[in-house]
Amino acid sequence: MDLLQRTAHQLHEMLVKKEISASEITAAVYRRIEEVEDKVKSFLTITREHAEARARQVDKKIAAGEPVGPLAGIPVAVKDNMCTEGIRTTCASKILYNFVPPYTATAVARMNAADMVMVGKTNMDEFAMGSSTENSGFHLTHNPWDLERVPGGSSGGSAAAVAAGEAVVSLGSDTGGSIRQPASFCGVVGMKPTYGGVSRYGLVAYASSLDQIGPFTKDVTDMAHMLNVICGHDPMDSTSANVQHPDFTKFLINDIKGIKIGVPREYMADGIDPLVKERIKEAIKKLTELGAYVEETSLPHTDYAMPAYYLIATAEASSNLARYDGVRYGLRVEDARDVVDMFMRSRSQGFGEEVKRRIMLGTYSLSAGYYDAYYLKALKVRTLIKQDFDKAFEKYDVLLSPTSPSTAFKIGEMVHDPMQMYLQDVCTIPVNLAGIPALSIPCGLVNHLPVGLQLMGKAFAEGTLLRVAYTLEQNTEFTRLQPVIGGA
Amino acid sequence: MTQSYEAVIGIEVHVELKTNTKIFCNSTTEFGGDPNHHTCPVCLGLPGTLPVLNKKVVEYAVRAGLALNCKIANFSKFDRKNYYYPDLPKNYQISQYDLPIAEHGYLDIEVDGQTKRIGITRLHMEEDAGKLVHQGNIVTTPYSLVDYNRTGVPLIEIVSEPDMRSPEEARAYVEKLKAVIQYTGVSDCRMEEGSLRCDVNVSVRPVGQREFGTKTEIKNLNSFRALQRAVAFEIERQIGVLESGGKVIQETRTWDEARGITVSMRSKEQAHDYRYFPDPDLVPLVLDNQWIEFIRESLPELPDQRRARYIREYGLPEYDASILTLTKEMSDYFEEVIQHYHTPKAVSNWMMGEMARLLNAGGMDITRCKIKPTQLAELLKLIDKGTISGKIAKTVFEEMFASGKDPEAIVKEKGLVQISDEGALAAVVDEVIAANPKSVQDYRGGKTQAIGFLVGQVMKATRGKANPDLVNKLLKEKLQ
Repeated sequence: MDLLQRTAHQLHEMLVKKEISASEITAAVYRRIEEVEDKVKSFLTITREHAEARARQVDKKIAAGEPVGPLAGIPVAVKDNMCTEGIRTTCASKILYNFVPPYTATAVARMNAADMVMVGKTNMDEFAMGSSTENSGFHLTHNPWDLERVPGGSSGGSAAAVAAGEAVVSLGSDTGGSIRQPASFCGVVGMKPTYGGVSRYGLVAYASSLDQIGPFTKDVTDMAHMLNVICGHDPMDSTSANVQHPDFTKFLINDIKGIKIGVPREYMADGIDPLVKERIKEAIKKLTELGAYVEETSLPHTDYAMPAYYLIATAEASSNLARYDGVRYGLRVEDARDVVDMFMRSRSQGFGEEVKRRIMLGTYSLSAGYYDAYYLKALKVRTLIKQDFDKAFEKYDVLLSPTSPSTAFKIGEMVHDPMQMYLQDVCTIPVNLAGIPALSIPCGLVNHLPVGLQLMGKAFAEGTLLRVAYTLEQNTEFTRLQPVIGGA
Repeated sequence: MTQSYEAVIGIEVHVELKTNTKIFCNSTTEFGGDPNHHTCPVCLGLPGTLPVLNKKVVEYAVRAGLALNCKIANFSKFDRKNYYYPDLPKNYQISQYDLPIAEHGYLDIEVDGQTKRIGITRLHMEEDAGKLVHQGNIVTTPYSLVDYNRTGVPLIEIVSEPDMRSPEEARAYVEKLKAVIQYTGVSDCRMEEGSLRCDVNVSVRPVGQREFGTKTEIKNLNSFRALQRAVAFEIERQIGVLESGGKVIQETRTWDEARGITVSMRSKEQAHDYRYFPDPDLVPLVLDNQWIEFIRESLPELPDQRRARYIREYGLPEYDASILTLTKEMSDYFEEVIQHYHTPKAVSNWMMGEMARLLNAGGMDITRCKIKPTQLAELLKLIDKGTISGKIAKTVFEEMFASGKDPEAIVKEKGLVQISDEGALAAVVDEVIAANPKSVQDYRGGKTQAIGFLVGQVMKATRGKANPDLVNKLLKEKLQ
């Protein structure tokens, strides 16, 4: 079995048994990157020297007999919207093409502290705005399952890197589905933890009240280990929850007898590809066989989630992205007449079309005279969405749905139809509005392309999601499916 | 027929809180420093950084709010005020919009012996911006530099009701506000350093009219004097505009100290839309009553309380008590002197007389006075003991003010000890009598006031050191 088809926990066993070194794992990753990166293009920045130095440190530790954590020496790719000290962090935007942060995001710092090895920074939709990674200011990323298709987005690079074996695990961020949808498209496990579960310090903000960092992994066990590393209270983030997180590996239980699962009918409506629906129904059947109690339910305000999301997210974005003005860092036009000219032209040149579209939308919805009708109304809808979930979770342990209405679509297929692109996130957006955790796990293929199943849980009930996902994984073959890249 | 007008004045005051660190990060708030050295990724608003509220700022804001008789909110929040300016690193300012930390307060001021209550609409917390350094002036500068040291320094903004009606009331309000805030210890309130800044809204209306006239906002007021003059000018200007059939334009005007006039800053008042919305990076601020009460109980004595105590306990006239309590420094100085010298009225006279005169002449405030409170007490004791006369004491005081030396040392060094030896003075008195036959004749002829001239001559001959009581006595004896 190819080294890079292995999961993190399998590699860990080999490491502690000294069958392999961290440096050898790292070298294997870069060999793989050399092989496939031209085709997949997951990365914006490759940090090879940095990675090799860290791998050597881990090897020293192991050689010295020091205890190492379960993810020590594991190669990880990081979405390029998380700040890394001394390493360029661009958000895939021309406006930050030269930004080198003097500090490291808390989530990345926690991975460093766990002796993980960062191999590179991954491509994404500019400022995490998009569902295909086509909005990157630098280049496209290709889906390892079919290079003519998108990997999903906005964390497309991180999902593709894991699927292509260019990293064993990765980090993404999820504002409206940006981890789960690419996980679905690339056939990997992806989770958006509860809002406040992972510190946002150092995550370049798109929409602060919705953004959350989360992992991509090859299986559910690795997901539990990743959550153990990145979850935790951070005094640098006021919205970080001061809760005691459990050891998530305790939830890796192959048993779901008595678990109650609701399937909201709004998530299985007409917009969902019938073949995707079939895979979901097969998974439901499997879960029922394994002892879960599954029934249809309703989240009646689901239809309003999309418009509410596009008002709230863009409003916050219009303010969050105001700081990119050419004064302190990033792109600045050279020949500005005055400061206003400098602001306007730096921003005009630095931002891509989708980012501009969302800044304008958000500016509009916060404007005097429109605030009450748009932004404030959207906040009220958000409360109703939360109440829908609260009510459902009185009855169910977990809610289940497709992650995305379709499998990965063709590159260029939707770029001229933003509304169609926005609909990609119809099943994932309500979760962000409610702040609850959700994961996407592969549940089969449609025309050789992966389909993702979404599990949603109560706030801080990541454990329950892991348990259901683990049971499904242990009793099916879906997470063991791997792509063959470009016939290679 | 000339219409008579009434001014309507409301004031917004920004006060810098003297916490050690900034409102949302750990950078120092120290004044000055090399440009951009008192900064960190958070106050520079670098991508991905997040604000974390400094608890001390909340405590100070509550303290100020309570001292200004405000109701403290159990629930308040922070909002983003969005506007583009290069001194604002995030291009939004974190402030409080519709739910400020304190509301519905008041302040009692005194003008011409009348007490008037000025309403305080609200008090809220916000972060300060940085500073642009232009190469020359703002219009012709080829480029500008920006210093973010001040960015994120905690501010409270205190908004008054439009309750003031004259320049004197406006000045009295800011003076009183400054005193109250200083007493609470949350700010130095130095107008010259910008740790207290005020924007004044002025409008005029015909007496008897209920609706407000169109207002202008005056900025760049760096002293109480400037504030009073600017308001007086602006009232006259607006009346002039109305009298000549014109209309007051709603605009921001800047005070030009040198020319003594207000000048339009923005000719067209742009309709600012700050697109306020709740800052999603911060959680709402929830304060429980127990904590608020704890702060209320820890409030120090405030100016009004202290003034009342001076009248009650020290028997000072109202006027003295008001002047002495006007600034905390002045009042604290007074308190220390009377620890060592127990006649408050005498201390008050010296502070309000000689000391005030010399401070004014030097354009200084009491914090820069070289005379220590204990030294002033010593000086007063020297007078009581008869070591020096009151007149000589003034000379000694001037020397103390200039050098900071102890009064006894100055008296010794300059040989200023009072001559109270009858034998020594008798000779001088005889000489003066001999040298001034005209005055002697006048006195003897019944013009008793002529003795004053003779006393003066003796004092002159002894360079002021003669004990005046003794000189009087000797002259009277010898001229009988």
